Amino acid sequence: MEVESMYQELILDHYRHPHNRGLREPYSAEVHHVNPLCGDEVTLRVALKDADGEPAVADVSYDALGCSISQASASMMTEAVIGKTVGEAMIINGAFLELMQSRGTAEPDEELLARLGDAVAFEGVSRYPARIKCALLGWMAWKDATAQALETLEQT
Amino acid sequence: MTTTRSAPRATATGPARGLDVADIRADFPILGRAVRGGRPLVYLDSGATSHKPRQVLDAERDFYTIRNSAAHRGAHLLGEEATDAYEGARVRVAAFIGADPGEVVFTKSATEALNLVAYAAGNAATAGPGEPGAAWLRLGPGDEVLVTEMEHHANLIPWQQLAQRTGATLRWFGVTPEGRLDLSGAGRLINDRTRIVAVTHQSNVTGTIPPVRQIADLAHDRGAVVVVDGAQSVPHRPVDVTSLGADFLAFSAHKMLGPTGIGVLWGRRELLEAMPPFLTGGSMIEVVRMEGSTFLPPPQRFEAGVPPAAQAAGLAAACAYLDALGMENVAAHEGTLTAHALEALGSIEGVRILGPLTTDDRGGAVSFTVDGVHPHDVGQLLDDLGIAVRADHHCAWPLHRALGAAASTRATFYVYNTHDEVEALANAVRQAQRFFRA
Repeated sequence: MEVESMYQELILDHYRHPHNRGLREPYSAEVHHVNPLCGDEVTLRVALKDADGEPAVADVSYDALGCSISQASASMMTEAVIGKTVGEAMIINGAFLELMQSRGTAEPDEELLARLGDAVAFEGVSRYPARIKCALLGWMAWKDATAQALETLEQT
Repeated sequence: MTTTRSAPRATATGPARGLDVADIRADFPILGRAVRGGRPLVYLDSGATSHKPRQVLDAERDFYTIRNSAAHRGAHLLGEEATDAYEGARVRVAAFIGADPGEVVFTKSATEALNLVAYAAGNAATAGPGEPGAAWLRLGPGDEVLVTEMEHHANLIPWQQLAQRTGATLRWFGVTPEGRLDLSGAGRLINDRTRIVAVTHQSNVTGTIPPVRQIADLAHDRGAVVVVDGAQSVPHRPVDVTSLGADFLAFSAHKMLGPTGIGVLWGRRELLEAMPPFLTGGSMIEVVRMEGSTFLPPPQRFEAGVPPAAQAAGLAAACAYLDALGMENVAAHEGTLTAHALEALGSIEGVRILGPLTTDDRGGAVSFTVDGVHPHDVGQLLDDLGIAVRADHHCAWPLHRALGAAASTRATFYVYNTHDEVEALANAVRQAQRFFRA
């Protein structure tokens, strides 16, 4: 089936056994994102820590309702960013966005791809434009939450 | 000017005759195309938009190639022919719903038609003294607008907005777990403060057909005006405005084999006459001076801009096509497909159908959830097999919440669908369950 190129085992596995799921404390910021087209939603918290003077991602916790692509993508996103500095995590976030917008024609940076970890499995999603928003939901929520968390840091 | 009510549509006598679906399918060029993996198209999304037969495509093309001009303008032959095409379409569409052509307004869509009534009411509420606007239009605090939880967003949000802007109160009928309107509070919800009641003629999610006539009678007893969303009814079964009981009816061409970009608002003459315009500009004016302008009577008052004559020609051809099939036969055909789908899907373990489970007062939209498989994923699997459905909240988010579903997968049926396609749908759902190990 053509669609198996999108629904790789890795993605289905993250869907059935999502990593880092659940809402935990402490956290620096929380966001609630919705995809108005389909009603998929995610509540996501980011906990930042200090790593040698630089902010880093201590934890990403979330509660989400949605299709296998949105759930698996959120799961893989948490794996890709937890423990990284915010700077690195933002680069990874950008790489994933680029991969999604590549329409299956991506010739992306090998090194960037390596940083995506399991999330490279989503390359097939870019060939099904209707599902790109699903794949991006968790990543955009993380970006938003982290931006808010950084603002709070700056204010303290 | 005297107007005569157009001749009633011929109705079939005796039992509905089955449609010759193979014959019909041959009229639709798009049904011949292949989709994913070279598979044939199984199109079960007519509730979103319907396909077009050659006859409609030809009518629109013929307008552009033979008589293209701006209707109601131009001192030349083409202008006359374009005007005849446009006004002729109005007469044809009016006959399709048993209406007087003077009560048929062409809009962009059903959504625009519903907005038109809401904006007319809103504009009347802010009108100066001496400007048109009957009492029912000039809403303010203390007045009520009554809708339902079953509505498509097009027949919900304009009323929410109207209430917010005028200070009127929005109230609504709820939905029962079976997907019917909960009319138990009707005595309370339809009261002396009720000005407008807006209700669907057929749910685009559950297929539910509410008792519009009954609701309209209650509303009229209290002097309220009734607006009916016919987007999912007019294309699929006989609708006659004389027996409907409503004061306004909205529907779209593109859902009834016609082109995109044109819809219809039918409204009772005396009500239209009291309404200020929604969109203003050319075509709808009487006298224009810099200091102010006056407007034409309806329907022209509500048709600003160069008329969508090509689209009107397409819609007229769609009405002719459907009338040749006979709307009773169209409804009967869809009824058998719906019954088949309800049975075939309903018998799959883990599948929950939203709404009524029989075809009693229930039209051809079958929306369902599959345990453990999100509608998007169901839709994706079906797409892979060449089956086109819709998978989201179908622009009826409150209805989904009321029925305890975040989203659903929806199959809708029309004149070109077959029982084999219903079987294919059921088999595909089972395949989706296996693929996602649900």
